[in-house]
Amino acid sequence: MLALKNLVKTYENGHQAVKGVSVDIKQGEFIVLVGPSGCGKSSILRSIAGLESITGGEIHLNNRRIDNEKPASRDIAMVFQNYALYPHMTVYENLAYGLKNRGIDRDTIESKIEKVAKTLKIADYLERKPAKLSGGQRQRVAMGRAIVRDPQLFLFDEPLSNLDASLRAHMRLEIKKLQRELAVTSVYVTHDQVEAMTLADRIIVLNQGEIEQIGTPAEVYHQPASTFVASFIGSPAMNFHQAEIADGVINFEHQSIFIAEYAHLSAQTIQLGIRPEHAVLEPSKSGLSFSLTVQAVEPLGPNQLVHGLVNDKVFTALTPELHFASKQVLTLHVAKQHLHLFDKNGQRLQALAQEVAQAS
Amino acid sequence: MEQRQQYTHSALPYFLLVPQIAIIAIFFFYPAAEAVYLSFMLEDPWGQSSLFVGLENYTILFNSTEYLKSVVFTLGFALVVSFLSLSIALLLAVKANNILHGKGAYKITLTWVYAVAPAVAGIMGGFMFNPHIGVFTEIFASLGWDFSLYTDPFDATFVLVLVSVWKQVSVNFIYFLAGLQSISYAVNEAAMLDCESDRRRFWTITFPLLAPTGFFLLVINLTYAFFETFGVIDTLTSGGPGGGTTSLVYKIYRDGFIGTDLGGSAAQSVVLLVLVLALTWVQFKFVEKRVHY
Repeated sequence: MLALKNLVKTYENGHQAVKGVSVDIKQGEFIVLVGPSGCGKSSILRSIAGLESITGGEIHLNNRRIDNEKPASRDIAMVFQNYALYPHMTVYENLAYGLKNRGIDRDTIESKIEKVAKTLKIADYLERKPAKLSGGQRQRVAMGRAIVRDPQLFLFDEPLSNLDASLRAHMRLEIKKLQRELAVTSVYVTHDQVEAMTLADRIIVLNQGEIEQIGTPAEVYHQPASTFVASFIGSPAMNFHQAEIADGVINFEHQSIFIAEYAHLSAQTIQLGIRPEHAVLEPSKSGLSFSLTVQAVEPLGPNQLVHGLVNDKVFTALTPELHFASKQVLTLHVAKQHLHLFDKNGQRLQALAQEVAQAS
Repeated sequence: MEQRQQYTHSALPYFLLVPQIAIIAIFFFYPAAEAVYLSFMLEDPWGQSSLFVGLENYTILFNSTEYLKSVVFTLGFALVVSFLSLSIALLLAVKANNILHGKGAYKITLTWVYAVAPAVAGIMGGFMFNPHIGVFTEIFASLGWDFSLYTDPFDATFVLVLVSVWKQVSVNFIYFLAGLQSISYAVNEAAMLDCESDRRRFWTITFPLLAPTGFFLLVINLTYAFFETFGVIDTLTSGGPGGGTTSLVYKIYRDGFIGTDLGGSAAQSVVLLVLVLALTWVQFKFVEKRVHY
């Protein structure tokens, strides 16, 4: 539906923001581009919209090459971070503007706006100007302006980042419902991993202009392709510790465990990744155990973050609400399916059995 | 009813306001009051004696075709100068705003004119359009236009408008450019997705968003054309030929200081004062109602 082919964007100052990104997006799919600031996610979005010219590659929308077309003729609608409503027009005029310029007659415009206003619950303030609206209302109008045009593609540029936390969670859910209802292909840019996980059909994790991983939220969380993805997705971030592997035996913290799924790997030094929520106090049958010296505890309400040292390196674990004294030594256990192995370049070392399970 | 917070004042605020109040009183209220007083008097040119004549100065004024001619000239001149300098400046600002390279040089080239005093601008215009040595007079002559600054009222007005607009464009340019740059980038981009035609986008998005700036500038420009063009008129045409380029302000100066008709001149300035007050009132009324968003 939307295809990016080897997209390259180099800015005039020589900075290469996007270094050859290729991706195929299916009809009706909700794609979230996520990554830290400067990873090129906004550049990709703006290139699709036509607000920025691309240096190399091609963009195809419904088998039509669009990278040389003007933004308005690409049949794309975009929701901006700061809403970008026209301040001198009423809400109604804001919604009507794009339609009017496309030569749609007055009655059709009116019925379309009426429908959209009902869906978004903005019918009560169609005659108001944007300055008289609250943040949440502006957000809805911005969405309405995109929806009313009935485009082939929606682009969202961090649309929720200006809202307060509770409203953000609410709008997030609304966006998801709305997108399912309208079934319009969407590309959504955010640096917020919660938004990425909750909204996406597929997440594209970007790092310095290149794709680190494309996958469903579950894939990205459970099988991160690299230490970068592993540390970016998941909060608090995954712990990484050095370990040795040889013939399927992992040596970590004076402990050796054999995991058959990794028997194919050659002897090497690895990065062992453990998510805080997977380091538990209850012993597991065939897992890894190690001791943690408590340094600080951060209560979160339902549970707490325990920061401490494992082998003189910082480690964070998520535990139930229990009282731990400072310098107390805890024994933590990690089930073997929750161990993530990365080679010295930070690339994931795949377990054999998992691959088989995934393929079937 | 609204309950106002009361503070106990010391004398200090009044003391600090004294210089400003003194300046306004001495240079504005006192002369204005003096003008009103003089407009009812008939004074001999040396200020030795004066006679109360009631409204006679005003009756003479309103029956004078010369005065009517001056009113018509001033209004027409002000409208043409304001319209031209605003539209040219807007065009230049829009173009300058789209430039990516060499923006600085372009801006400086357009704004330095602001530093030229009106009288100097007038003298420069006088050289260029001089009947004997003027470059432009020659160019016009070769094009078949028998251009004459000192004998043809239309030609004289043409030069006055040209010089006045040239001088005013730079000020308007700065304000318009600042106005354009204050329009949110995202709003422009949203419009790019909504509207394909650049021209249409300008008239439906950029222009309305510039309206507050434009209206402010219209006030400034009308005031400029009314009052500050005095220097240009004085150095270029001295109100001639045949009083064809005598603006209201220039006529006050001519009648009062050269014609030594102090009473008549004072009556004219009172009329002008009322006119300006009315104009200001209308403009601010309009600003409050229409231009806000």
